[in-house]
Amino acid sequence: MTPFTTLSSIAVPLLRDNVDTDAIIPSREMKSTGRTGLAEGLFAPWRYTDVAARVPDPAFPLSRPEAQDAQLLLGGANFGCGSSREHAVWALAEYGIRCIIAESFAPIFRANCIRNGILPIGLERALVDSLAWQRVEVDLTAQTVTAGNRTTAFAIEEEPRQMLLEALDAISLTLKSFPEIDAWTAADRARRPWIYAGQSA
Amino acid sequence: MTDLPKTLFEKIWDTHHVAQTAGGAHLIAIDRIFLHERTGASALKSLAASGRAVRDPARVFAVMDHIVDTRIGRGDDTLMPGGSAFITETRAASQAAGITLFDVNDRDQGITHVISPELGIVLPGATLVAPDSHTCTQGALGALAWGIGSSEAEHAMATGVLRLDRPKTMRITVTGRLAPGVTPKDLALHLLAEHGAGGGAGHVVEFAGEAVAGLDIEGRMTLCNMATEFSAMTAIIAPDDKTYAYLAGRRYAPARFDAPYWSSLSTDEGATFDREILIDAATVAPMVSWGTSPEHSIAVTGSVPEGPERAHLYIGLQAGQAIAGIPIDAAFIGSCTNARLSDLRRAADLLRGRRIAPSIRKALVVPGSSAVKRAAEAEGLDRIFTDAGFEWRASGCSLCFFAGGESFPPGSRTISSTNRNFEGRQGPGIRTHIASPETVAASAIAGAIADPRELAR
Repeated sequence: MTPFTTLSSIAVPLLRDNVDTDAIIPSREMKSTGRTGLAEGLFAPWRYTDVAARVPDPAFPLSRPEAQDAQLLLGGANFGCGSSREHAVWALAEYGIRCIIAESFAPIFRANCIRNGILPIGLERALVDSLAWQRVEVDLTAQTVTAGNRTTAFAIEEEPRQMLLEALDAISLTLKSFPEIDAWTAADRARRPWIYAGQSA
Repeated sequence: MTDLPKTLFEKIWDTHHVAQTAGGAHLIAIDRIFLHERTGASALKSLAASGRAVRDPARVFAVMDHIVDTRIGRGDDTLMPGGSAFITETRAASQAAGITLFDVNDRDQGITHVISPELGIVLPGATLVAPDSHTCTQGALGALAWGIGSSEAEHAMATGVLRLDRPKTMRITVTGRLAPGVTPKDLALHLLAEHGAGGGAGHVVEFAGEAVAGLDIEGRMTLCNMATEFSAMTAIIAPDDKTYAYLAGRRYAPARFDAPYWSSLSTDEGATFDREILIDAATVAPMVSWGTSPEHSIAVTGSVPEGPERAHLYIGLQAGQAIAGIPIDAAFIGSCTNARLSDLRRAADLLRGRRIAPSIRKALVVPGSSAVKRAAEAEGLDRIFTDAGFEWRASGCSLCFFAGGESFPPGSRTISSTNRNFEGRQGPGIRTHIASPETVAASAIAGAIADPRELAR
């Protein structure tokens, strides 16, 4: 994972509501148990006129010349709804997307973004719309989005912010809390033995 | 000092609260983890590659459900190209990790959210996670159960906890009783139509009220199943006598449910929620989706409303058209939403002595678990389905989604007891209408979207 501090990118609009993870990466594009090789299948049903032959649809926003090297995607409400497949986020990350600004996000998708170094930013719809095809500067330290001479603040919880800024591995971080987890578990074993009992007699 | 009144969610959250992190997140203990072959191998392999072990393998379970072949007599081969690698790698990784695996032809095999309650793995007041969005189904047993990504599954396995921001709470109170012929699936689609697919975002939803208490456990599972389509973190229903009777004698359930913890599992009088929604059950009709999001749902007696242009284009229906009478080509009864024994019984009741329309090109029934399949066969339901013209299959997620193998005939319009009608969900170009098993059965007989109450009369 790469730390996320600032980003400067053209904002590619995909301003539909309820963009689901089946659309971001269809199940048939998840061809192995690995986490790579997914970028080609990103938005496959929308991005290609012929999916099997990988013939790009020039009208799809990510296929337009201005979108080359773009790292920032714009979305509508409830972006990333549907299946919990983290492959959707792995595909986006492999493609090069580092930030998504949308009206709102589905919760599992949002958590998956944070675990994979993609910054999810929620902004009012009119603001999101106004960023389409603009060059946008995102600053996670200052928590601002700037396009032209207009700067907007965005909110994010402190822990995800730190995770993204420092590219922290959540598991390593939690392992530091093992004494607390062990103490809690010992007390819980006495309180709720049935949770640990396994198969009952 | 008097304790402040708490919601059911708050009681489970507080019981599982290990610590608060410097960044303000919460370490929440996870009691049960469930994996499946679509993403399980990935999480287990990644965990092993990082040199980490599963902290407590006795509390981690895996099952083959997502891409297993559902044709009778199946093995590891799948209709999905390359699918058998998911099965063999999940099997190897599960064995290496020492977790419990319900394999392809195990008698306990089935869809995760069907077998976890069947086996008593999910318990009232427990926390359970799975890398599958429909894990919310299991909230019907009074557990805090929710879907996560693969990284979070790894995290939960390695540490026994997850790092969470505290969700908001919502209570959805359903007053009165559902009318005859109206099912929990219809109630879920009604909620989505009224409040939108993003309506529950950021919230844990507690379903309450007379209509919810009146549901059997399987019906409660159908209702909670659709909470992820509402964008909620999960849904939960307070456990009651029905819950404990359902779990009694299940293999992984405790022999007795008499600990004080269980009797405390309800929302206290006076506890407050961040949001409340009221639904009068009498206003709910049999529902069917018309578009490409579960929120695009209407009463089966209604007309297609004005919706997003893309949805009309994909589904091939215009605003103002009556939804009943739209011809369909295929029918599917299955999925973690609606493939339990009671679902199959209600569909079979309508199909008994009848045939599906000759215009139906494919009709499938896929039981939610191998146990459901056996129980249905013992009652002769399989014969009712096959006599009516349905194919009877082995258990799995099947055509709830298209994995690259089996699909419906090209261009089909399908009526399906599943949970998602997204573009391409059941195959490229396939147009999906989601509904209750009864509505699927009635529509298959009519060859067109039909109100099941007409048949039942």
